[in-house]
Amino acid sequence: MSRPGQGGDSGNAVSVLELRGVSKTYGQEPTAVRALAGVDLSVRAGEMVAVMGPSGSGKSTLLTIAGSLEEPTSGEVLVCGMALAGMPRGRRARLRRRVIGYVFQDFNLLPGLTAAENAALPLELDGVAVPKARAAGLAALAALGVADRAGRFPDQLSGGERQRVAIARAVVGDRRLLLADEPSGALDSVNAGEVMRLLHEACQRGVAAVVVTHDAQLAAWADRVVFLRDGRMTGQTTRPPGPESLLTPRETR
Amino acid sequence: MLLALLSEGPKYGLQLREEFEAGTGEVWPLNVGQVYKTLGRLERDGLAESDGTGQDGPQKRFRITADGREALAAWLRTPPDLTSPPRDELVMKVLVAARVPGTDAHEVIQAHRVYLLELMQQWTRLKEGEARDDLSLALVVDAELFRLDAVIRWLDAADVRLERAAAEPPRPASAPVPSPRLRRLGVRR
Repeated sequence: MSRPGQGGDSGNAVSVLELRGVSKTYGQEPTAVRALAGVDLSVRAGEMVAVMGPSGSGKSTLLTIAGSLEEPTSGEVLVCGMALAGMPRGRRARLRRRVIGYVFQDFNLLPGLTAAENAALPLELDGVAVPKARAAGLAALAALGVADRAGRFPDQLSGGERQRVAIARAVVGDRRLLLADEPSGALDSVNAGEVMRLLHEACQRGVAAVVVTHDAQLAAWADRVVFLRDGRMTGQTTRPPGPESLLTPRETR
Repeated sequence: MLLALLSEGPKYGLQLREEFEAGTGEVWPLNVGQVYKTLGRLERDGLAESDGTGQDGPQKRFRITADGREALAAWLRTPPDLTSPPRDELVMKVLVAARVPGTDAHEVIQAHRVYLLELMQQWTRLKEGEARDDLSLALVVDAELFRLDAVIRWLDAADVRLERAAAEPPRPASAPVPSPRLRRLGVRR
């Protein structure tokens, strides 16, 4: 497996995503709007972090900055140990295409492509040879349990299968960082939970994920939940989430 | 619940306890004493009957009666009493935080929010693991997650309300509006 972080101080200690004192201000004073104010966040490989907060708290800005779609006003963003600031535009775009996967609210599968073609698309767009891209696409579909749907078009798939294909597309190849903004869209709560389960499983295979949601039940799937308010982190969960303490026999009544 | 288990066929007390715990995702442990006490009451009320060995203990097998089946059907459709709000410790704490001078109500709310989410994470891990193959447990876990979710949503709403109230000038101290309806509802302990 090729490591995108090679040449840097790579190793397990390196966070896949690291935000250091990240601030983002839109517009000019005196009408400037501060979307993020000094946010520090570090996400390790295999870790799923949920970001919660009311609308306007800066959740989505945090995600676009993490995905290098926007630049912070101040502070540093490191992906796989590499600082995005000062990186040549072309290299940054390549990093974005090869290392980062996105899950969209409505899954955004292309209707004219089969499940396998959809899953392989990010690699093909990146110039990977078609047979190699297809093989990686199939592997990603297999990891999500939908290998047998490879030849179907999105309208021949159930809603649940479409979710899986969309997540396969986001993790295809050697993607290390998964970014998701309200990834379960308008799904009912059982299916929305299923999306989170799949994302969490992807993390257990070694991907790092940041999921923005306003829904506590979905956030609870994450290994760690951070809270944003007015662009600042106001807290995060710390307890190692294990169900054991819930099931220790208690004397009731 | 015991009647429901008996409706499947005659059963022994110990067996009932095991099946009760398995059927509720083992979230509510039950001791044998409780089982026999309840069975005794069901027998007294004619809702269940035992093999006539006359001897108490684990050898006794219980079956549901026709009256028991009727009582079970009626119980399933009788809504639980949710008319009066329970006296909720968390609601109290937020009410107090809003009044005690020098208290940062937002910080208090945030601390509770973090704790509740940690609890939800633990329940979700259960859902991710054991509850996958255990329908009863999945249902119980869902109920708990929805309940905790509702509490967090209330905290969010309280947060917004307190922020808005802080931004607004205090209203003139007019005569307090009596709320006879609420008083009639009363507060359950």
